[in-house]
Amino acid sequence: MNRKNVLYRIYDLYVDGFRSMTLGRTLWAIILIKLFIIFVILKLFFFPNFIKEHAAEGEESEFVATQILNQQ
Amino acid sequence: MTTDLFLNIDASSINWARAQFALTAIYHWLFVPLTLGLAVIMGICETCWYRTRDTFWRDTAQFWQKLFGVNFAMGIATGIILEFEFGTNWSNYSWFVGDIFGAPLAIEGIVAFFMESTFVAVMYFGWKKVSPGFHLASTWLTGLGATISAWWILVANAWMQYPVGCAFNPDTMRNEMVSFLDVALSPFAIDKFCHTVISAWIIGAVFVVAVSCWYLMKKRETKLATESIKIAAIVGLVASLGAAMTGHKSAQSVSQVQPMKLAAMEALYEGGPEQGLAIIPGVKVPYALSFMATNDFAGYVPGINDILNGYAKSDGTLEPSVDEKIQRGKQAITALADYRKAKKEGANPALLNEYLSTINSNMKYFGYGYVKDKNDVVPPVWVNFWAFRIMVGLGCLFILFFAVILAVTYKFPKALLQKYDITTLPDWHYWVGILLVPLAYIASESGWLVAEFGRQPWTIQDMLPTWVAVSDVEGFSVALTFFLFLFLFTLMLCVEINILLKQIKKGPEYNN
Repeated sequence: MNRKNVLYRIYDLYVDGFRSMTLGRTLWAIILIKLFIIFVILKLFFFPNFIKEHAAEGEESEFVATQILNQQ
Repeated sequence: MTTDLFLNIDASSINWARAQFALTAIYHWLFVPLTLGLAVIMGICETCWYRTRDTFWRDTAQFWQKLFGVNFAMGIATGIILEFEFGTNWSNYSWFVGDIFGAPLAIEGIVAFFMESTFVAVMYFGWKKVSPGFHLASTWLTGLGATISAWWILVANAWMQYPVGCAFNPDTMRNEMVSFLDVALSPFAIDKFCHTVISAWIIGAVFVVAVSCWYLMKKRETKLATESIKIAAIVGLVASLGAAMTGHKSAQSVSQVQPMKLAAMEALYEGGPEQGLAIIPGVKVPYALSFMATNDFAGYVPGINDILNGYAKSDGTLEPSVDEKIQRGKQAITALADYRKAKKEGANPALLNEYLSTINSNMKYFGYGYVKDKNDVVPPVWVNFWAFRIMVGLGCLFILFFAVILAVTYKFPKALLQKYDITTLPDWHYWVGILLVPLAYIASESGWLVAEFGRQPWTIQDMLPTWVAVSDVEGFSVALTFFLFLFLFTLMLCVEINILLKQIKKGPEYNN
């Protein structure tokens, strides 16, 4: 690929940048661990979508109406 | 149901859900203001390099960018957890506002992803790859991207405090957006944005002063520390004065749309014209509260009892009592239930329209229909009163602090400060600079305490109280995740502080 090509320069920016990281490697490791904990462990096991779990598809508004209107 | 939930956390899901949300939001807000504040400082340092081409400024900019990167990495995705909590713990609320809340949050996600991921990469990887002008633009755009993200989050928050640009749809049970511009450019959102972002610059400035003070105390990186303090002092003083001005504007917004919050902030039970502002209980600055709330020293400010019992506003209109609002809220709820039942049964359009008319005319008081005792709409007064005083008191301290630093660093007035050299002060001076970091965070978090405790018991002002917004989940499961978060957040905070301190000890890397 032509080294003056814009796409190559963007590619080179990221690849060279990631390769030459020092502190960045640690930070990326922490980010990835954190994202795994948040999206895989917390989201899947601890934070289900309450309405989707309790209401049939298309019946969400009826479910919420029951929840809200019965509290008066 | 008690609304004094700050100290009385029991086993019910609502209290744990609130505690968990507060914990997550407070933790998230440790990173955001430092990101916004450091972005300004590093942008100025790099601008100095761009203008002078002195490598000292490039090294200085890179050093602050490195600390910015640590904070940025630690803060990434901590806000996402709040959205998970909406879906699980606050599902009624999520459904009730989804259409409106979703738009700003979606824009925030897209803007944050594209702007920050692009320009952060250029800022860190592009020093030798792009032109100095493009790099400088990327550095400023990184900060601008973070600021725009904050804008959309604050638009969402402002809507909860002052719901505008929406209409309730009784068929879908959702508030639907009727005017994007009304939501995005709500005056409440603008005031909140200005005050929040400018106050975040104070944290950035205090942080830079603290790190620089540590270097000066250790007699190292003297030039970087001295020049950074000069920049931070200017940013800090401008931001502190700006926070005071935007805070005044915010107080006026609050007095108009959330008078109960203002009354709680002042522990003002009996209002009236020519109200004084309490410094501490029993000590007041005459007329100052009236001026703060109305821009008029004789302006009328309602107290908590006035709001509970109804009062005449300055424009002559009558604000209904809470009892009357409760009745109107009950009418809205009953009409909504009747409308949905009638629609299922295929009732005639005239009857449906009658119900709709009742719903629409009372919807602004919908939430009051769930209130059993009118005193339940009074937020925790002592929390608001003291949080407000801590925020304002520390804000005044920062104005003084930055003014003094500026005077010492620029030796103005010369006759008085000629003998002072900022690099050779006794250590306790530097310790003062370092110890102001926790105080800056306390001031910032206190501001959020005022904003959020002051609007209790409402998740959406006047429309949805917390006990209706919460999901029917087990208190135990929310408590479990509360302690899980407490552990994770504490661990991550320790990791961040550890990395930050290591990088500060390591110091800047000089290219020459």
